Amino acid sequence: MSPLENKLSEGFLVTQLDTVINWARRSSVWPLSFGLACCAIEMMATGFSRYDIDRFGSGVFRATPRQSDLMIVAGTVTHQMASRLKLLYDQMAEPKYVISMGSCANSGGPYWQHGYSVLKGVDKVVPVDVYVTGCPPRPEALLDALLYLQNRVIKKRTIARSRTPVEIAGA
Amino acid sequence: MAAGRNLGTQAGLTPGRSASSVTLFVQAATGREGTVEFHFATVLVFMLVGVGFILFTLSLSRIVRPRIPGAEKATTYECGERPTGSPWIRFNIRFYVVALIFVVFDVEVVLLYPWATIYKQMGLVSFVYLLIFLVSLLEALAYVWKKGDLEWIRPAVRRPEVAAPVPQKHDVSASGGRQ
Repeated sequence: MSPLENKLSEGFLVTQLDTVINWARRSSVWPLSFGLACCAIEMMATGFSRYDIDRFGSGVFRATPRQSDLMIVAGTVTHQMASRLKLLYDQMAEPKYVISMGSCANSGGPYWQHGYSVLKGVDKVVPVDVYVTGCPPRPEALLDALLYLQNRVIKKRTIARSRTPVEIAGA
Repeated sequence: MAAGRNLGTQAGLTPGRSASSVTLFVQAATGREGTVEFHFATVLVFMLVGVGFILFTLSLSRIVRPRIPGAEKATTYECGERPTGSPWIRFNIRFYVVALIFVVFDVEVVLLYPWATIYKQMGLVSFVYLLIFLVSLLEALAYVWKKGDLEWIRPAVRRPEVAAPVPQKHDVSASGGRQ
Protein backbone atom coordinates (compact mmCIF):
# COMPACT_ATOMS: atom_id res chain seq x y z
CA MET A 1 0.00 0.00 0.00
CA SER A 2 1.23 3.50 -0.71
CA PRO A 3 1.71 5.81 2.29
CA LEU A 4 -1.26 7.91 1.22
CA GLU A 5 -3.61 5.14 0.18
CA ASN A 6 -6.99 5.26 1.92
CA LYS A 7 -5.68 7.96 4.25
CA LEU A 8 -7.28 11.05 2.75
CA SER A 9 -10.98 11.57 2.91
CA GLU A 10 -12.81 12.35 -0.28
CA GLY A 11 -12.68 15.94 -1.38
CA PHE A 12 -12.37 17.88 -4.59
CA LEU A 13 -8.58 18.01 -4.49
CA VAL A 14 -8.09 14.37 -3.57
CA THR A 15 -10.50 13.03 -6.14
CA GLN A 16 -8.97 15.21 -8.84
CA LEU A 17 -5.52 13.96 -7.82
CA ASP A 18 -6.88 10.44 -8.07
CA THR A 19 -8.01 11.17 -11.59
CA VAL A 20 -4.59 12.45 -12.59
CA ILE A 21 -2.77 9.47 -11.10
CA ASN A 22 -5.18 7.02 -12.66
CA TRP A 23 -4.92 8.80 -16.00
CA ALA A 24 -1.16 8.33 -15.83
CA ARG A 25 -1.52 4.68 -14.93
CA ARG A 26 -4.13 4.04 -17.60
CA SER A 27 -2.12 5.73 -20.32
CA SER A 28 1.00 3.68 -19.83
CA VAL A 29 -0.02 0.10 -19.18
CA TRP A 30 3.19 -1.58 -20.26
CA PRO A 31 2.86 -5.26 -21.02
CA LEU A 32 5.37 -7.96 -20.23
CA SER A 33 6.92 -9.57 -23.30
CA PHE A 34 5.36 -12.91 -22.75
CA GLY A 35 3.86 -15.21 -25.37
CA LEU A 36 3.07 -18.85 -24.76
CA ALA A 37 1.46 -20.18 -27.94
CA CYS A 38 -0.32 -19.18 -31.13
CA CYS A 39 -2.24 -16.36 -29.40
CA ALA A 40 1.12 -14.61 -29.10
CA ILE A 41 1.14 -14.28 -32.90
CA GLU A 42 -2.07 -12.26 -32.66
CA MET A 43 -0.57 -10.31 -29.78
CA MET A 44 2.41 -9.46 -31.95
CA ALA A 45 0.08 -8.42 -34.75
CA THR A 46 -1.62 -6.13 -32.26
CA GLY A 47 1.70 -4.51 -31.58
CA PHE A 48 2.50 -3.84 -35.22
CA SER A 49 1.42 -0.89 -37.30
CA ARG A 50 -1.84 -2.29 -38.66
CA TYR A 51 -3.49 -2.49 -35.24
CA ASP A 52 -0.90 -0.46 -33.33
CA ILE A 53 -1.43 -1.01 -29.63
CA ASP A 54 0.87 1.99 -29.12
CA ARG A 55 -2.12 4.25 -29.77
CA PHE A 56 -3.32 3.29 -26.31
CA GLY A 57 0.03 3.58 -24.59
CA SER A 58 0.65 -0.13 -24.31
CA GLY A 59 3.17 -0.67 -27.06
CA VAL A 60 6.16 -0.77 -24.77
CA PHE A 61 6.61 -4.51 -24.27
CA ARG A 62 9.11 -4.77 -21.46
CA ALA A 63 11.59 -7.60 -21.16
CA THR A 64 11.44 -7.70 -17.37
CA PRO A 65 8.51 -7.93 -14.98
CA ARG A 66 10.00 -5.16 -12.85
CA GLN A 67 8.96 -2.59 -15.45
CA SER A 68 5.69 -4.15 -16.55
CA ASP A 69 2.14 -3.41 -15.45
CA LEU A 70 0.25 -5.89 -17.57
CA MET A 71 0.67 -9.58 -18.14
CA ILE A 72 -1.01 -10.76 -21.33
CA VAL A 73 -1.30 -14.51 -20.96
CA ALA A 74 -1.35 -15.26 -24.67
CA GLY A 75 -1.63 -18.97 -25.19
CA THR A 76 -1.76 -22.41 -23.65
CA VAL A 77 -0.55 -22.56 -20.06
CA THR A 78 0.99 -25.94 -19.33
CA HIS A 79 1.50 -27.15 -15.81
CA GLN A 80 5.24 -26.72 -16.18
CA MET A 81 4.77 -23.15 -17.33
CA ALA A 82 2.23 -22.32 -14.64
CA SER A 83 4.77 -22.16 -11.82
CA ARG A 84 7.02 -19.92 -13.88
CA LEU A 85 4.06 -17.74 -14.83
CA LYS A 86 3.16 -17.39 -11.17
CA LEU A 87 6.73 -16.39 -10.34
CA LEU A 88 6.71 -13.81 -13.12
CA TYR A 89 3.46 -12.39 -11.80
CA ASP A 90 4.90 -12.21 -8.30
CA GLN A 91 7.93 -10.36 -9.60
CA MET A 92 5.85 -7.65 -11.27
CA ALA A 93 5.53 -4.35 -9.43
CA GLU A 94 2.15 -3.04 -8.36
CA PRO A 95 -0.18 -1.96 -9.82
CA LYS A 96 -0.34 -5.03 -12.04
CA TYR A 97 -3.05 -6.44 -14.25
CA VAL A 98 -3.61 -9.67 -16.13
CA ILE A 99 -5.40 -10.21 -19.43
CA SER A 100 -6.22 -13.82 -20.15
CA MET A 101 -6.12 -14.06 -23.93
CA GLY A 102 -7.81 -16.87 -25.77
CA SER A 103 -9.64 -20.04 -24.86
CA CYS A 104 -6.56 -21.89 -23.62
CA ALA A 105 -5.71 -19.27 -21.03
CA ASN A 106 -9.36 -18.86 -20.11
CA SER A 107 -10.24 -22.47 -19.50
CA GLY A 108 -7.80 -24.82 -21.17
CA GLY A 109 -9.58 -24.41 -24.50
CA PRO A 110 -9.32 -27.43 -26.79
CA TYR A 111 -7.35 -29.21 -24.08
CA TRP A 112 -9.91 -28.83 -21.36
CA GLN A 113 -10.82 -32.52 -21.31
CA HIS A 114 -7.87 -34.61 -22.45
CA GLY A 115 -4.99 -32.19 -22.17
CA TYR A 116 -3.23 -33.86 -19.26
CA SER A 117 -0.42 -31.31 -19.32
CA VAL A 118 -2.51 -28.16 -19.67
CA LEU A 119 -3.67 -25.91 -16.86
CA LYS A 120 -7.45 -25.50 -17.04
CA GLY A 121 -7.52 -21.74 -16.92
CA VAL A 122 -4.79 -19.33 -15.90
CA ASP A 123 -7.05 -17.91 -13.17
CA LYS A 124 -6.10 -20.95 -11.12
CA VAL A 125 -2.68 -19.40 -10.50
CA VAL A 126 -2.99 -15.62 -11.03
CA PRO A 127 -5.93 -13.21 -10.61
CA VAL A 128 -7.31 -12.27 -14.02
CA ASP A 129 -8.75 -8.83 -14.77
CA VAL A 130 -10.06 -9.34 -18.29
CA TYR A 131 -10.85 -12.49 -20.23
CA VAL A 132 -10.73 -12.41 -24.03
CA THR A 133 -12.63 -15.09 -25.90
CA GLY A 134 -11.50 -16.54 -29.20
CA CYS A 135 -9.19 -19.20 -30.53
CA PRO A 136 -7.22 -17.11 -31.14
CA PRO A 137 -8.88 -13.76 -30.48
CA ARG A 138 -8.53 -11.18 -33.21
CA PRO A 139 -6.27 -8.19 -32.46
CA GLU A 140 -9.38 -6.03 -32.19
CA ALA A 141 -10.56 -8.23 -29.33
CA LEU A 142 -7.28 -7.77 -27.49
CA LEU A 143 -7.48 -4.01 -28.01
CA ASP A 144 -11.02 -4.08 -26.68
CA ALA A 145 -9.82 -5.91 -23.60
CA LEU A 146 -7.13 -3.30 -23.09
CA LEU A 147 -9.66 -0.47 -23.38
CA TYR A 148 -11.92 -2.27 -20.92
CA LEU A 149 -9.01 -2.57 -18.51
CA GLN A 150 -8.19 1.11 -18.94
CA ASN A 151 -11.75 2.06 -18.11
CA ARG A 152 -11.49 0.00 -14.95
CA VAL A 153 -8.18 1.56 -13.98
CA ILE A 154 -9.47 5.12 -14.32
CA LYS A 155 -12.36 4.38 -11.97
CA LYS A 156 -10.21 2.98 -9.20
CA ARG A 157 -9.43 4.92 -6.04
CA THR A 158 -5.74 5.51 -5.75
CA ILE A 159 -5.23 7.69 -2.71
CA ALA A 160 -8.78 8.70 -1.80
CA ARG A 161 -10.27 6.81 1.12
CA SER A 162 -13.02 4.54 -0.06
CA ARG A 163 -16.31 5.25 1.65
CA THR A 164 -17.70 2.68 4.03
CA PRO A 165 -21.27 1.39 3.48
CA VAL A 166 -22.36 3.46 6.53
CA GLU A 167 -21.01 6.60 4.98
CA ILE A 168 -22.68 5.83 1.67
CA ALA A 169 -26.00 5.22 3.42
CA GLY A 170 -25.67 8.44 5.41
CA ALA A 171 -24.89 10.57 2.41
CA MET B 1 45.29 27.82 -9.20
CA ALA B 2 46.46 29.82 -12.16
CA ALA B 3 43.20 29.18 -13.96
CA GLY B 4 41.25 30.07 -10.85
CA ARG B 5 43.08 33.38 -10.45
CA ASN B 6 42.40 34.13 -14.07
CA LEU B 7 38.69 33.48 -13.53
CA GLY B 8 38.68 35.70 -10.50
CA THR B 9 40.23 38.50 -12.47
CA GLN B 10 37.62 38.19 -15.16
CA ALA B 11 34.83 38.22 -12.64
CA GLY B 12 36.02 41.54 -11.32
CA LEU B 13 38.00 40.41 -8.31
CA THR B 14 41.13 42.31 -7.48
CA PRO B 15 44.14 40.26 -8.54
CA GLY B 16 45.66 40.33 -5.08
CA ARG B 17 42.75 38.69 -3.30
CA SER B 18 42.64 34.94 -3.26
CA ALA B 19 39.37 33.60 -4.67
CA SER B 20 37.98 30.45 -3.10
CA SER B 21 35.97 28.05 -5.23
CA VAL B 22 32.77 29.10 -3.50
CA THR B 23 33.38 32.73 -4.31
CA LEU B 24 34.09 31.73 -7.88
CA PHE B 25 30.82 29.85 -8.05
CA VAL B 26 28.86 32.83 -6.79
CA GLN B 27 30.71 35.03 -9.21
CA ALA B 28 29.90 32.58 -11.93
CA ALA B 29 26.21 32.66 -11.15
CA THR B 30 26.15 36.44 -11.42
CA GLY B 31 28.33 36.67 -14.51
CA ARG B 32 27.27 38.47 -17.64
CA GLU B 33 26.37 36.85 -20.91
CA GLY B 34 29.26 35.78 -23.09
CA THR B 35 31.73 35.52 -20.24
CA VAL B 36 33.16 32.32 -18.85
CA GLU B 37 31.16 32.89 -15.67
CA PHE B 38 27.95 32.91 -17.62
CA HIS B 39 28.72 29.46 -18.99
CA PHE B 40 29.38 28.28 -15.45
CA ALA B 41 26.03 29.70 -14.44
CA THR B 42 24.38 27.68 -17.20
CA VAL B 43 25.99 24.53 -15.83
CA LEU B 44 24.82 25.49 -12.35
CA VAL B 45 21.24 25.91 -13.52
CA PHE B 46 21.41 22.58 -15.35
CA MET B 47 22.69 20.84 -12.24
CA LEU B 48 20.06 22.39 -9.99
CA VAL B 49 17.20 21.60 -12.35
CA GLY B 50 18.49 18.07 -12.92
CA VAL B 51 18.93 17.22 -9.26
CA GLY B 52 15.66 18.93 -8.33
CA PHE B 53 13.72 17.08 -11.02
CA ILE B 54 15.05 13.71 -9.90
CA LEU B 55 14.33 14.45 -6.24
CA PHE B 56 10.81 15.67 -7.05
CA THR B 57 9.99 12.65 -9.23
CA LEU B 58 11.40 10.09 -6.81
CA SER B 59 9.66 11.56 -3.76
CA LEU B 60 6.38 11.96 -5.63
CA SER B 61 6.40 8.36 -6.80
CA ARG B 62 7.33 7.25 -3.29
CA ILE B 63 4.16 8.88 -2.00
CA VAL B 64 1.85 7.62 -4.72
CA ARG B 65 3.10 4.16 -5.60
CA PRO B 66 1.83 1.04 -3.88
CA ARG B 67 4.49 -0.72 -1.86
CA ILE B 68 3.92 -4.42 -1.38
CA PRO B 69 7.25 -6.14 -0.83
CA GLY B 70 7.54 -9.90 -0.87
CA ALA B 71 9.99 -12.76 -0.88
CA GLU B 72 9.05 -13.82 -4.41
CA LYS B 73 9.34 -10.28 -5.70
CA ALA B 74 12.82 -9.98 -4.26
CA THR B 75 14.12 -13.04 -6.09
CA THR B 76 16.38 -12.61 -9.08
CA TYR B 77 14.61 -12.39 -12.43
CA GLU B 78 15.68 -15.29 -14.60
CA CYS B 79 12.85 -15.33 -17.16
CA GLY B 80 10.60 -17.16 -14.73
CA GLU B 81 13.14 -19.81 -13.78
CA ARG B 82 14.19 -20.11 -10.18
CA PRO B 83 17.83 -19.15 -9.88
CA THR B 84 19.97 -21.94 -8.45
CA GLY B 85 23.53 -21.89 -7.23
CA SER B 86 25.91 -19.03 -6.83
CA PRO B 87 26.61 -16.54 -9.63
CA TRP B 88 30.26 -16.48 -8.53
CA ILE B 89 31.41 -19.26 -10.79
CA ARG B 90 34.69 -19.67 -12.66
CA PHE B 91 34.68 -18.61 -16.27
CA ASN B 92 37.04 -20.05 -18.81
CA ILE B 93 40.23 -17.99 -18.84
CA ARG B 94 40.07 -17.84 -22.62
CA PHE B 95 37.17 -15.40 -22.48
CA TYR B 96 39.83 -12.99 -21.28
CA VAL B 97 41.78 -13.40 -24.51
CA VAL B 98 38.61 -12.92 -26.53
CA ALA B 99 37.90 -9.71 -24.63
CA LEU B 100 41.43 -8.47 -25.27
CA ILE B 101 41.14 -9.12 -29.01
CA PHE B 102 37.80 -7.34 -28.99
CA VAL B 103 39.29 -4.28 -27.34
CA VAL B 104 41.99 -4.10 -30.03
CA PHE B 105 39.49 -3.91 -32.85
CA ASP B 106 37.02 -1.84 -30.88
CA VAL B 107 39.62 0.89 -30.54
CA GLU B 108 40.32 0.58 -34.24
CA VAL B 109 36.71 1.34 -35.13
CA VAL B 110 36.61 4.22 -32.66
CA LEU B 111 39.56 5.79 -34.42
CA LEU B 112 38.36 4.97 -37.93
CA TYR B 113 35.10 6.90 -37.70
CA PRO B 114 36.51 10.35 -36.88
CA TRP B 115 39.32 9.66 -39.35
CA ALA B 116 36.80 9.05 -42.11
CA THR B 117 35.21 12.46 -41.55
CA ILE B 118 38.46 14.41 -42.02
CA TYR B 119 40.05 12.09 -44.55
CA LYS B 120 39.37 14.34 -47.53
CA GLN B 121 40.84 17.40 -45.84
CA MET B 122 44.07 15.75 -44.78
CA GLY B 123 44.55 13.59 -47.84
CA LEU B 124 47.52 11.33 -48.32
CA VAL B 125 49.15 12.13 -44.97
CA SER B 126 46.22 10.87 -42.96
CA PHE B 127 46.03 7.83 -45.19
CA VAL B 128 49.62 6.91 -44.43
CA TYR B 129 49.10 7.54 -40.74
CA LEU B 130 46.14 5.25 -40.66
CA LEU B 131 47.98 2.65 -42.70
CA ILE B 132 50.69 2.54 -40.05
CA PHE B 133 48.08 2.14 -37.36
CA LEU B 134 46.25 -0.59 -39.26
CA VAL B 135 49.43 -2.50 -40.00
CA SER B 136 50.35 -2.52 -36.33
CA LEU B 137 46.87 -3.87 -35.53
CA LEU B 138 47.21 -6.40 -38.31
CA GLU B 139 50.41 -7.55 -36.70
CA ALA B 140 48.48 -8.18 -33.49
CA LEU B 141 45.90 -10.13 -35.46
CA ALA B 142 48.56 -12.24 -37.12
CA TYR B 143 50.15 -12.94 -33.75
CA VAL B 144 46.84 -14.00 -32.24
CA TRP B 145 46.08 -16.12 -35.29
CA LYS B 146 49.45 -17.84 -35.10
CA LYS B 147 48.96 -18.56 -31.43
CA GLY B 148 45.64 -20.23 -32.24
CA ASP B 149 43.57 -17.92 -30.03
CA LEU B 150 41.03 -17.23 -32.76
CA GLU B 151 39.73 -20.78 -32.54
CA TRP B 152 37.92 -22.03 -29.49
CA ILE B 153 39.28 -25.54 -29.92
CA ARG B 154 42.96 -24.85 -29.76
CA PRO B 155 45.29 -26.77 -32.07
CA ALA B 156 47.18 -29.55 -30.36
CA VAL B 157 50.27 -28.45 -28.54
CA ARG B 158 53.42 -29.65 -30.25
CA ARG B 159 56.15 -30.77 -27.95
CA PRO B 160 59.53 -29.53 -29.08
CA GLU B 161 61.79 -32.26 -30.38
CA VAL B 162 65.11 -32.26 -28.67
CA ALA B 163 68.18 -33.34 -30.62
CA ALA B 164 70.14 -34.30 -27.51
CA PRO B 165 70.48 -38.08 -26.98
CA VAL B 166 68.14 -38.60 -24.07
CA PRO B 167 67.88 -42.29 -23.10
CA GLN B 168 64.41 -43.64 -23.73
CA LYS B 169 64.58 -46.14 -20.91
CA HIS B 170 66.77 -45.94 -17.89
CA ASP B 171 68.34 -49.32 -17.32
CA VAL B 172 69.31 -49.58 -13.68
CA SER B 173 71.29 -52.84 -13.93
CA ALA B 174 73.39 -51.62 -16.89
CA SER B 175 74.53 -48.54 -15.05
CA GLY B 176 76.24 -50.60 -12.41
CA GLY B 177 75.16 -48.35 -9.64
CA ARG B 178 73.19 -49.35 -6.62
CA GLN B 179 71.76 -52.84 -6.63
